[in-house]
Amino acid sequence: MTNTSGIGAAVRRKEDFRFLVGKGTYTDDINRPGQLYAHILRSPHANAEIKGIDTGLAMKAPKVVAIYTGVDMQVGGLPCGWGVKNKDGSPCIEPPHPVLAATHVRHVGDPVAIVIAESREAARDAAELVAVDYHPLPSVTAADDAVKAGAPRVHDAAPGNLCFDWHIGDKAATEAAFATAAHITKIDIVNNRLVANPMEPRAAIGDFDRGTGDYTLYTTSQNPHVIRLLMGAFVLQLPEHKLRVVAPDVGGGFGTKIFHYAEEAMVTWAAGKLGQPVKWTAERSEAFTSDAQGRDHITHAELALDGSGKFIGLRVSTLANLGAYLSTFAPAVPTFLYATLLAGAYTTPAIYAEVKGVFTNTVPVDAYRGAGRPEACYVVERLVEKAAGEMKIDPADLRRRNYIPKDAYPYATPVALTYDSGDYFTTLDMALKAADYAGFAKRRQEAEKRGKLRGIGLSSYIEACGVAPSAVAGALGARAGLYETAEVRVHPTGSITLFTGTHSHGQGHETTFAQLVSDRLSVPIEMIEVVHGDTAKIPFGMGTYGSRSLPVGGSAVVKALDKIVNKGKKIAAHLLEAAEADIEFKDGAFTVAGTDKAVPFGAVAFSAYVPHNYPIEEVEPGLDETAFYDPKNFTYPAGAYVAEVEIDRETGTVRVANFTCADDFGRIVNPMIVAGQVHGGLAQGIGQALLENAVYDRVSGQLLTGSFMDYCMPRADNLPSFAVATNTTLCTHNPLGVKGCGEAGAIGAPAAIMNAVVNALAPLGVSDLTMPATSEKVWRAIHEHAQPKAAL
Amino acid sequence: MIGKGEAMMANVTMTVNGKKVTATVEPRTLLVQFLREELGLTGTHIGCDTSQCGACVVHLDGRSVKSCTLFALQADGASVTTIEGLANGAELHPMQAAFREHHGLQCGFCTPGMVMSAVDLAKRVKSPSEHQIREWLEGNICRCTGYHNIVKAIKAGAEAMGSAAK
Repeated sequence: MTNTSGIGAAVRRKEDFRFLVGKGTYTDDINRPGQLYAHILRSPHANAEIKGIDTGLAMKAPKVVAIYTGVDMQVGGLPCGWGVKNKDGSPCIEPPHPVLAATHVRHVGDPVAIVIAESREAARDAAELVAVDYHPLPSVTAADDAVKAGAPRVHDAAPGNLCFDWHIGDKAATEAAFATAAHITKIDIVNNRLVANPMEPRAAIGDFDRGTGDYTLYTTSQNPHVIRLLMGAFVLQLPEHKLRVVAPDVGGGFGTKIFHYAEEAMVTWAAGKLGQPVKWTAERSEAFTSDAQGRDHITHAELALDGSGKFIGLRVSTLANLGAYLSTFAPAVPTFLYATLLAGAYTTPAIYAEVKGVFTNTVPVDAYRGAGRPEACYVVERLVEKAAGEMKIDPADLRRRNYIPKDAYPYATPVALTYDSGDYFTTLDMALKAADYAGFAKRRQEAEKRGKLRGIGLSSYIEACGVAPSAVAGALGARAGLYETAEVRVHPTGSITLFTGTHSHGQGHETTFAQLVSDRLSVPIEMIEVVHGDTAKIPFGMGTYGSRSLPVGGSAVVKALDKIVNKGKKIAAHLLEAAEADIEFKDGAFTVAGTDKAVPFGAVAFSAYVPHNYPIEEVEPGLDETAFYDPKNFTYPAGAYVAEVEIDRETGTVRVANFTCADDFGRIVNPMIVAGQVHGGLAQGIGQALLENAVYDRVSGQLLTGSFMDYCMPRADNLPSFAVATNTTLCTHNPLGVKGCGEAGAIGAPAAIMNAVVNALAPLGVSDLTMPATSEKVWRAIHEHAQPKAAL
Repeated sequence: MIGKGEAMMANVTMTVNGKKVTATVEPRTLLVQFLREELGLTGTHIGCDTSQCGACVVHLDGRSVKSCTLFALQADGASVTTIEGLANGAELHPMQAAFREHHGLQCGFCTPGMVMSAVDLAKRVKSPSEHQIREWLEGNICRCTGYHNIVKAIKAGAEAMGSAAK
């Protein structure tokens, strides 16, 4: 009997009904009795000393309850969860990150006071009456400016604004390879800064029970247990058993809701002070100046090739803008999540990368969908495409010449990772066929007749996800374990509640994880509830990021299900009067092997809770099992993307004509959800390539793109429909064979799009363009190349 | 700005999801605040502060509007339908059902605005093309889906609404 809600089925999502009828419960939808409202006063300056804050007038405003500044709020600073080491082995610099800035603000949006009142409006009105005496100082926002001699210093503790000077790979071997190269391709890359912009702005409600001394924080988080740990242990010194963190329905995260933010600590602390709940909800403009942002690299890279087009060496030098403070995982992103992926899908034997992490007077930078891997993919795939052009080799062919052979797994790269499985050849062929790569020349000719410039571009990405083996992560500087937990609670009448330490904020875990249970136990999916996002309900958890939920969290579910089945066998053996070794579990029933003696799963569950006829001496009553799973390796999803664009010569507008994907995510549990994850990632990747850019004024330090009017979010009419397909090689080290799919689109798309844009403009002599390829930038490139240089 | 003591208040009456409601509000109260905070209809969301994102779209006398861009007082005497008023009990409206069937939602935050906007489109255009749908959605931002499945859902939902009307 086929289980229509098991692994591989495109089950429609269990969570959709509540969202579709307006019954989702997002943080701002929650209201607690006696709730007060917080408005956070933020710095209008990029760099300034605070000479004093006068709250006297504001305190007299109607409905104001309290105003706290950094002087009032004496708590721990916001911790960084991942330290990296410099080339010489010394630790990176971790300047203090106060919850409220008391003496110095370091970016526009740095919080200086929290104003609490009986209504949102009253708090906001009163905040206008707080007088902050700022002494503005010169600021620096660009990473390349920040490392210049004489640049304004962001932190006294960080000379030259350098947080770390890190490297990976074998420098000598790489130099030796370059010395023998037949051809060297060089590229300079700016990986533009992005704002994650989940549609739900961040929000937090602090609550305190005077009777029990218990704190509760409701927050828009991807990982409530991590917030409880960081805020409880480092900032507010609250032990775990007195602090509950709830991340209810969360309206998108994309990385920026991983981190522990100052506002969470502020409302929790203030609730304790006041004995009343305190709620804060960000406005979008506030999100732009307080949510950790993404990317922002400046890179020079060189690829050495031999005469046959084999890659023999790669050297990369990157400046990574970290912003004003170290956000929770900031140092890991441009180092271990970036440079370890520089081998890409290729056999490049010698790689050396150095990365300088730089402080600037900007919003902190941390993980955003892909986190380091899009930056790596962009470096490698732009280089490969450029090399192909220079060496007059078809870009697809050049990739094939350098792909890791199908029989070479496990494959150790020169930059610390060991890929467990993959088949890049087949994936590429699938994508090329689906995109009619062979027919492109004809389409380009046809476009020329219409006066359009048509281009095609490839990207053959690989990523490391399923974050992460705890010991490996620990050796690389992580200050946490990165396993995951699951609890499978079988109820007396056979329905099931699954508790997972991962968090769903759009990924559909309530369905996918229920499918895992349904598949294994043959219980209808309607009988399975998935619970996440509440530290009071779930044993523990590390949350959702790095495409880890299914590879790590799903594996924990499998382990817990194993325990359920094993215990069920003991109970069934007793009920069937057979030996435990003879019991098989299949299609929802425990059977004595080779006989028709069977007892259904539900009867075993009932027996576990009503143990009248029960092996009580050997087996405890109840059927409720918890498992922790620590992955053995990262997983390595990979894929090939083909972008085809058409450029209007008159306006410079780039239209994405086709976008074709072939991804290898290992085993697919719900193909509908997987395709949706790819679509969303693609939109963000195409957004980076064509539309999105966080722009800071180099003099004033103001974010010039601080709203949806200035920061160009992809709209429906900026994008095509996508052609997506999957090729499958199983992950070899987790029980499901799954690899993770959440970040792929955002990783692979930018290079494919930019390769296509440059390909379209190549006949004019354009060999490079920085992201985003806006119509203005493309128009300028066309016109600069359309006439002789001398005429300009 | 701060008034002296209590802010001036005003009365407002409207029909929301078929029910007549009356309240006293500050004149600056936006329709979306009124719906969410006064009436507890939290299905209508606030995703931006510049009227770009469309998470707050409701129907005002049958037409889609951004409820963050109207004062509650501007809806005085009007009939408002929110996402909570679209389904018939447990039976989803055809557009809601199409979003579910075609996986047109992920985190669900933009969804109420998307669905309300889509229903208005389907009322205006019987069988909208992909191009028409994408142009229509200019005022609704989704960060999760890449719009691919939203477009499919709206196409199917509009067809279903057309069939249901026959």
